[in-house]
Amino acid sequence: MNPKGASSSGTDGATDSSAPRRNSKKPKYSRFTQQELPACKPILTPGWVITTFIFIGIVFIPIGLASLFASERVVEIVDRYDKHCVPTNYSKSMLAYIQSGETNKTCTRSLIVPKHMKSPVYVYYQLDNFYQNHRRYVKSRSDKQLRSKASEKDTSSCSPEGTISNGSAIVPCGLIAWSLFNDTYGFSVKNKVLDVSKKNIAWKSDQDHKFGSDVYPKNFQSGSLIGGAKLNASIPLSEQVDLIVWMRTAALPTFRKLYGKIEVDLEANEKITVVIQNNYNTYSFGGKKKLVLSTTSWIGGKNDFLGIAYLTVGGLCLFLAICFILVYVIKPRWEILPEICLQPTDDDSVTALLPQKWPLLYYSTTAENLGEKKDGLVLSREISGRSIEID
Amino acid sequence: MSETDRISGKLRWSKLYTFSCLRPNVLETDGLHSLQGPGFSRVVYCNQPRVHRKKPLKYPSNYISTTKYNIITFLPKAIFEQFRRVANLYFLMAAILSLTPVAPFSAVSMIAPLAFVVGLSMAKEALEDWRRFMQDMKVNSRKVSIHKGDGTFGYKPWQKIRVGDVVKVEKDQFFPADLLLLSSSYDDGICYVETMNLDGETNLKVKRSLEVTLPLDGDVAFKDFTGKIRCEDPNPNLYTFVGNLEYDRQVYALDTNQILLRDSKLRNTAYVYGVVIFTGHDSKVMQNSTKSPSKRSTIERKMDYIIYFLFTLLVLISLISSIGFAVKTKFEMPEWWYLQPQNTTDLYDPTRPGLSGIFHLVTALILYGYLIPISLYVSIEVVKVLQATFINQDLHMYDEETGNPAQARTSNLNEELGQVDTILSDKTGTLTCNQMDFLKCSIAGVSYGVGSSEVEIAAKKQMAFDLSGHNSEIYSASMQNSRAQDSLENSGSDFGKSEIELETVITSKDEKYQKPMIKGFSFVDRRLMDGNWLKDPNVDAILLFFRILALCHTAIPEPNEETGSFNYEAESPDEGAFLVAAREFGFEFCGRTQTKVFIRERYPSSGHPVEREFKILSLLDFSSKRKRMSVIVQDEGGQILLLCKGADSIIFDRLSKNGRMHEESTSRHLNEYAEAGLRTLAFAYRKLEESEYSVWNSEFIKAKTTIGPDREAMLEHVSDMIEKDLILVGATAVEDKLQKGVPQCIDKLAQAGLKIWVLTGDKMETAINIGFSCSLLRQGMKQICITTVNTDLLAQDAKKAVKENVLMQLTNASQMINLEKDPHAAFALVIDGKTLSYALEEDMKHQFLSLAVNCASVICCRVSPKQKAMVTRLVKEGSGKTTLAIGDGANDVGMIQEADIGVGISGVEGMQAVMASDFSIAQFRFLERLLVVHGHWCYKRIAQMICYFFYKNIVFGLTLFYFEAYTGFSGQSVYDDWFMLLFNVILTSLPVISLGVFEQDVSSEVCLQFPALYQQGQRNMFFDWYRIFGWMANGLYSSLIIFFFNLNIFYDQAFRSEGQTADMAAVGATMFTCIIWAVNFQIAFTMSHFTWIQHLFVWGSICTWYIFLLLYGMSSPIISRNAFQILVEALAPAPIYWLVTLLVTIACNVPYLAYLSFQRSFNPMDHHIIQEIKYYKKDVEDQHMWKRECSKARQETKIGFTARVDAKIRQLRGKLQKKYPSLGVQNVIPPS
Repeated sequence: MNPKGASSSGTDGATDSSAPRRNSKKPKYSRFTQQELPACKPILTPGWVITTFIFIGIVFIPIGLASLFASERVVEIVDRYDKHCVPTNYSKSMLAYIQSGETNKTCTRSLIVPKHMKSPVYVYYQLDNFYQNHRRYVKSRSDKQLRSKASEKDTSSCSPEGTISNGSAIVPCGLIAWSLFNDTYGFSVKNKVLDVSKKNIAWKSDQDHKFGSDVYPKNFQSGSLIGGAKLNASIPLSEQVDLIVWMRTAALPTFRKLYGKIEVDLEANEKITVVIQNNYNTYSFGGKKKLVLSTTSWIGGKNDFLGIAYLTVGGLCLFLAICFILVYVIKPRWEILPEICLQPTDDDSVTALLPQKWPLLYYSTTAENLGEKKDGLVLSREISGRSIEID
Repeated sequence: MSETDRISGKLRWSKLYTFSCLRPNVLETDGLHSLQGPGFSRVVYCNQPRVHRKKPLKYPSNYISTTKYNIITFLPKAIFEQFRRVANLYFLMAAILSLTPVAPFSAVSMIAPLAFVVGLSMAKEALEDWRRFMQDMKVNSRKVSIHKGDGTFGYKPWQKIRVGDVVKVEKDQFFPADLLLLSSSYDDGICYVETMNLDGETNLKVKRSLEVTLPLDGDVAFKDFTGKIRCEDPNPNLYTFVGNLEYDRQVYALDTNQILLRDSKLRNTAYVYGVVIFTGHDSKVMQNSTKSPSKRSTIERKMDYIIYFLFTLLVLISLISSIGFAVKTKFEMPEWWYLQPQNTTDLYDPTRPGLSGIFHLVTALILYGYLIPISLYVSIEVVKVLQATFINQDLHMYDEETGNPAQARTSNLNEELGQVDTILSDKTGTLTCNQMDFLKCSIAGVSYGVGSSEVEIAAKKQMAFDLSGHNSEIYSASMQNSRAQDSLENSGSDFGKSEIELETVITSKDEKYQKPMIKGFSFVDRRLMDGNWLKDPNVDAILLFFRILALCHTAIPEPNEETGSFNYEAESPDEGAFLVAAREFGFEFCGRTQTKVFIRERYPSSGHPVEREFKILSLLDFSSKRKRMSVIVQDEGGQILLLCKGADSIIFDRLSKNGRMHEESTSRHLNEYAEAGLRTLAFAYRKLEESEYSVWNSEFIKAKTTIGPDREAMLEHVSDMIEKDLILVGATAVEDKLQKGVPQCIDKLAQAGLKIWVLTGDKMETAINIGFSCSLLRQGMKQICITTVNTDLLAQDAKKAVKENVLMQLTNASQMINLEKDPHAAFALVIDGKTLSYALEEDMKHQFLSLAVNCASVICCRVSPKQKAMVTRLVKEGSGKTTLAIGDGANDVGMIQEADIGVGISGVEGMQAVMASDFSIAQFRFLERLLVVHGHWCYKRIAQMICYFFYKNIVFGLTLFYFEAYTGFSGQSVYDDWFMLLFNVILTSLPVISLGVFEQDVSSEVCLQFPALYQQGQRNMFFDWYRIFGWMANGLYSSLIIFFFNLNIFYDQAFRSEGQTADMAAVGATMFTCIIWAVNFQIAFTMSHFTWIQHLFVWGSICTWYIFLLLYGMSSPIISRNAFQILVEALAPAPIYWLVTLLVTIACNVPYLAYLSFQRSFNPMDHHIIQEIKYYKKDVEDQHMWKRECSKARQETKIGFTARVDAKIRQLRGKLQKKYPSLGVQNVIPPS
């Protein structure tokens, strides 16, 4: 019985033809495709917020104190010698002094140990305003060449310190190696020479894997321009620890590099005499040179920043926690279960009294709800598991 | 054989159609178009397709293609498309430059990601285009019967059809091209056409062939048929056609009546012959189709601005960097002997700092490119595809009946679904199923029919629900331990009981629908059924009423062998419903001849049916202008009756004085019916004297045979003369059956704050009725109908006058709205297509729009497909809001393509709408879930994801920049190349994808319970500039913390107890570790929904970093260089490494955490509150409260049931308060 036979015959046809496809087209049920996977839905309830902030505070402040303490324990002697080690008659032309091959570069400095320094005492040289991180500089090396004798010719990245004029490769090539730091220090206490150990100042992996034991310096510093230190051509690169340390380019233009270790304790108020061979040119670019003697603690050298930062963040979190606690005590809106109240149809004056900030849903504090308030509070303390599964 | 196919003699349909089908006998010579000049050059040689193989008569073939690319053009076109994206172009430049020594990174690390990104997008394009191609192929290979010569016909695919071919189209087939109708199975050459796909109208249209081609009525007749058609060039105008046919050395004028358009369907006609005029892309429907535009979501467009912003930032810092570099190079570098400044290349030449600076600018642009995330596009694509999969896979949007799941056809608009402001909906097939059910009637002032319309049922349900919601104590006790809805139905309270009753009503109704129900008939009333009406006091009126039902129509019965009964082929589904109703009442319409109608009347008393015949004297057919139809019949007793049915207003105007007995009660019933969303018609009759009729008839015949422009007016005038002094019998109420769940869905959408416009090709009355049944209109709503008055002024003045009139109506209406004081007053705008064409003109459209925006609902009727698109564009561009168009037919294609989002209903109709759409769903009701759940989720996901993406790249990119300042702006990065490559690709991509795919602020149930949450998307609360810049500021802050904390901690001293100082690799690796931790922690705070997937991705990413660092360190030092064994040897043993990580991670996230807590406590957003309620499990423990929140959390709206119920409640309360003025005060909650 069909008032519109034609159209229904059309529909019938369509349904008939789709009948076999029907099952194949029906999406398969799985919790994944229906987006019903079990999930935990943590929300920042006041309890969690306060707990989190307090927890951060409690963890951070001790760490901060410990790091500050460790940093305080570190004894550090810093001596800037670049100016002092230039004879007074050259003070106007320091560059000429350092570039001249004739001048006497030896210079003696004496340092007072402020506190007992437990061995090992690490010896660093520090350069300021030296852009070891300049792109041109950083790229100017050949790791392949350093690693194996076979890749000796691999100097394409080393330009302009890749090859000497006759085309044979410089080993180690590149600006980094070429500008190797060449000041030397000799230490003595009460005329007794302190041995400076070079053991383990370079990363072991560098020595073992990156600097080949069969690679010997070749054509190094033989060009017209002499950069920094020369290398003993009979010692393989893997043993050239100063070079290895130097080749680890620093991140900042102010950097320290490990020179060696003094394996004896230094007593407080001891006077250390340092004989410096002041060879390295930092005068042309106004860089400073410093000699640093330092002990270490578990956080490394002397640096208060870590401790201060920890204390600041920890303190800030505690402060925030207190703020939130106060807020909930003074204005305990949160524990009231929110009454979402959209423009009651009964009376529009209620709407007018409610804050207009929330466009659709409002919290209101009606007398009726104060009863629920306590339940909410209790609940918020009782709930421990954070995951709710809603089916 | 063909002779027997014809129904000649049996019935002359054309005689039924008194106005439109009457053919003047004289040739209209003045109708011939001269057909000269441009635009009228087409010549078609009928039945000589060979002529059209050569130029200049070679027209395009009937092959259609809607694809964007073909095999040859794909690569260049698709690549061009890809590099139209600014970011891609930038990366292409970067990749090219990375081949030069300027680049800070290796070339592979630039090219590989780009190739991946572009490749992926192109693969997606290709796949989508392939699907379009397959669809085209399906259409192109449909078969149609073509004249092969010598009077034989054979089947060929559509694409083989050429201009000039003679084709034979059979019943219920689509026309393969635009055809000239030559003849049909009816011997007067008419045929019926359904143009649903063109204009959405479902009533059949009559087309008739020229008289001269009528003899071509069989296959053989075409053996020697030739003719020549001259006509207009292809154009998109569906309703005009100009041309003439040269046949037998005579010229005949052609008009639209002879043209069968492609994609319309042959109905009620066994076959037609036609000659092909326009093929393929020349056909009118194809000319009408616009190129499907590539749409981009609002968020994506906004994202472009962010990219521009970041690009500016990038250029800025690059400039700073290169100026710094140039200065350093010029003034300081000559002193840096260790760089050998005298031996440099152009890149670092102190003597030419400008040049070096320019080179450096390029380097810097590449280096800081991390500010612009290349992986963003890939990640978004991936996320959107996965989101689309979820939409496709959603079982809640799978329609069991048609077996169609929802389908996201383009995935790049997912998030737009969450921001829709206005829905523009088609009516037929979208809101309604185009099926009429006879539901109620009013006879002689008595209303019959106890069944409820869907609207009533839903309204009652809502009312009961609301009342119960307000009256909590009663059922809160029974609410415990059971789900809200179940308990609502099972509760023992009074309200619960009414609920149960309602439920049973609904379920019983549903059951009835399933099997024993008769399609088109839902009438339930014992007083009329099974012959009980004979006992009714108004038995005469009832008999008359039934006879009008059975007689006053133009349908044709078709015997149905299965049931022994009849099917009715009616022009409109209403008529079908009337005939079915008449049959069920015992007045079966069983046959029609040209002049007679046969009715089998069944009386329970007599047992077997009596067959009566009525002589049809005249038939005055229905037109939208007349709004009525009449038949003049003579019964067996010789009594002449005029039976009339029509719109109530029209009928009431024509009642005689003594015919108004039941006018008052009937009009009350009519109002009730209309309020219940039913289509109403009033029935009346008039007794005619033989003499009166014959006098009138002679005039009628005179009018019929008149030729010329006055004919219509004359016919109308003559009809008017007889259709007067009527006697009212009753009224009918037919339910235009809505699709399942439509009113509920509209209600929810309205609560979500969406505006709904209905654009329909249907009549105004129909549209208004549907407005009522969808609750878009209700009683008490002020309807603003804007129509054009017919002016009889001169042609050039008429247009102006009409325009002024429309403008005046618009202004008046606007003023009326502005003056309205009552906040609950709602307005509805109803406008018809003709008026709309004026209102859409440039100078008036903004006035129209502002009026429409102020109205709660807008209904546009009789609009053409083009107008639908224009309205859509007006709303889209005028209001700047996101629009969604939903429709099912080809007539909706324009609108679907024009709107920001097009949704197609994948029902039984053609595929055009679906093909043009961005999303397809099987039923309108799925729109709710698509928008409120998926749209909401997708919007938030994408918004948060993009914000986070920018955040993380700012964090990363800026640290690179800061470091530059410490390297003399030389372009050295602190991180290893590999770290940087992996940052976006592996180390941070999966968490952000999991955020974009799996994040749920609230569950889908909650989304549906709190439609107001949808407002967050409409207001764009998650992607406004505050939020974007907030995230960027957060990124800036984090980058500062990460960089300077690391810098100060690894300043110059030893970083471990063995005394070694940190080199660049160590600092870089530590800083990178901090970034990984900080950004992953950040995303964990951003998420509110952790499934195992999120846990895996977020924490897995952090682990991956360590694993990568470990493995990378273990690889050959040639690959890992300075990062060789860095974790094992240098970093891991140093406590400071771990301490820095912890410190920086926490320090980066504390402000966000504090902000979030602050916001939650002082300025919570809606979803925060809901999350909290859920978290405390209050929804389970205190269901009363939960329900109350649900019912309150909705956008105040003026449409939908809820608004209707509210209005009703207000009305009742108003009455109540008048009686007991004190009552109202108690409702006020004392504010504390």
